Amino acid sequence: MTATEQPIKPGAVSKAMVAHAIAPRASGRPWTFYALATVFVFYVLALYGPMICIYILSFQDVRGGLVFPMKGFSLHWFVDLFTQVRTGDVKGAFDRSVKLAVIVTTITVVVSFVAGLAFRRRFRGDSIVFYLMIGSLVAPGLVLSIGVGLLMNLIGIEGRWYTSAVGAQLSWTLPFGVLVMFAVMSRFDRAWEEAAYDLGATRWQAIRLVVIPILAPGIVAVALFGFTLSYDEFARTLQTAGSLNTLPLEIWSMTLNVTSPSLYALGTVTTIISFVIIAVCLGSIALIQKRRASRVPAY
Amino acid sequence: MAAREGVFGWVYISPLMLVLVPFFVAPLLVVIAASFLQSDGFGGIIVNPTLQNYVDIFSSGLTFNLYLETVKFTILTWLFALIIGFWVAYFLVFHVRSPLLAIGLFLLCTVPFWTSNIIRMISWIPLLGKEGLINMSLIRLGIVHEPLEFLLFSSFSVVVAYVHQLTIFMIVPIFNAMARIDKRVVEAALDAGASRFEIMWLIVLPLSKNGIALGSIFVVSIVMGDFFVIKVMSGGGSASVVGALYEDVGVLQYPSAAASAVVLTIVVTMLITAILRTVDVRKELTR
Repeated sequence: MTATEQPIKPGAVSKAMVAHAIAPRASGRPWTFYALATVFVFYVLALYGPMICIYILSFQDVRGGLVFPMKGFSLHWFVDLFTQVRTGDVKGAFDRSVKLAVIVTTITVVVSFVAGLAFRRRFRGDSIVFYLMIGSLVAPGLVLSIGVGLLMNLIGIEGRWYTSAVGAQLSWTLPFGVLVMFAVMSRFDRAWEEAAYDLGATRWQAIRLVVIPILAPGIVAVALFGFTLSYDEFARTLQTAGSLNTLPLEIWSMTLNVTSPSLYALGTVTTIISFVIIAVCLGSIALIQKRRASRVPAY
Repeated sequence: MAAREGVFGWVYISPLMLVLVPFFVAPLLVVIAASFLQSDGFGGIIVNPTLQNYVDIFSSGLTFNLYLETVKFTILTWLFALIIGFWVAYFLVFHVRSPLLAIGLFLLCTVPFWTSNIIRMISWIPLLGKEGLINMSLIRLGIVHEPLEFLLFSSFSVVVAYVHQLTIFMIVPIFNAMARIDKRVVEAALDAGASRFEIMWLIVLPLSKNGIALGSIFVVSIVMGDFFVIKVMSGGGSASVVGALYEDVGVLQYPSAAASAVVLTIVVTMLITAILRTVDVRKELTR
């Protein structure tokens, strides 16, 4: 079927038609398509290439160095990573980072959901809260880190990864979470919530039975943000974690001291954890959508 | 009713404020206060109001050089992230015909964002190093005879690492802005005889402006506040504002560190305000 035979529905202009119309040519693709496709391919290669290199290099044997060519194949550097004193307390750092990320994620999800509800309409002073949030997001991490550190000194409390570091990380993950919540909630039709009120639901019932189930995929997305931003946070944790390192702090000290593929092995292990988290989150979003789709015919 | 809603607004917002006040507002105030005090030289602070910390900062030629260096990296990173981010987003929105494929390719770009930034930075070392993949390939191909020294531990590798990490912050908001452009507007422009350049200049670019501004805020604030990438990737060859600040902390000179922190925060705030003037970010985010 050629383009001329297609019935043209008024008002329904597909993206493909516009892309086609921008420069109709014999091949159907303007030259810019090929140019930009090349740019895109190079971008993705540059994005993933280096990461894949260090994953490969982490599987060298004991002769392994920091650069190609690959010397042998073994799990030597993974064992080295978790058993050597030289590389520091990697296991403990892992443990703390994951626990810290779980605490931060939980608080981020709850607080940004509630704050998102508030921001759906204007209230007195909402701009102040908004700009406070933007400020907290863009403030240099180390500046806040020093501030929290000094504040803890002033009050006379020793900083710990599960107290001051949690707060310092929240000053970064929460604004992010609330901004993602904005995007999630902008797709929520208030009529659904009002229908619940009309049927006699209390405020809490409407939130629990209507708002949360509808926004569930978005809430999972906020959790994904919270976890990764915390798990990878460096500057704000630096002066607030106290005497025990989190994983990014451990990696930082390793980049300065360790010059063996152990560093790459650590990179491989933390990336695996990241990918597991991404898979769990995307999987649960997909599951929620699937259950929702299968429930529709029942009504 | 309006008053009641206002009260509910604050009830809902109070948990957020319970984090922002002690962990953003209070630390900032403490830093500002500390910047006007003296150090006892052993990590303690003597309550003795002085402007000496600021006099030191502004009378030192080093300060100017540090800012020059940091601003140089900020501008370079911003420029490359913008160019790459804009064209990648444009490609995904206007050139990929299947919406599902566009979303899939978009996700492909975002996955690395969820992995460790530090590891992604380190991963350039086996590529750019003196015996790295790029140098070895160039020598084998006979293009160069000596390994190129400028590839790693140089300004070049700093910019590469920044662009690698931060382009995603440009792609996401620009992609969002472009995806919202009504395709009928483009269609109408075509019907009216617009050239492709005119469509880009008069429709796509103005309607992507908010996304560009939002991305710029992220890129500028992150690069200005960074000392980690610059320290590792320049091999100690380049200094940054926050790097110098961290050295002050290392030798327990909290008041002078606090003073440079205040100056930096003012500079970053001015930059962000300048960007915010061009768009209504809140409208962009909440609509």
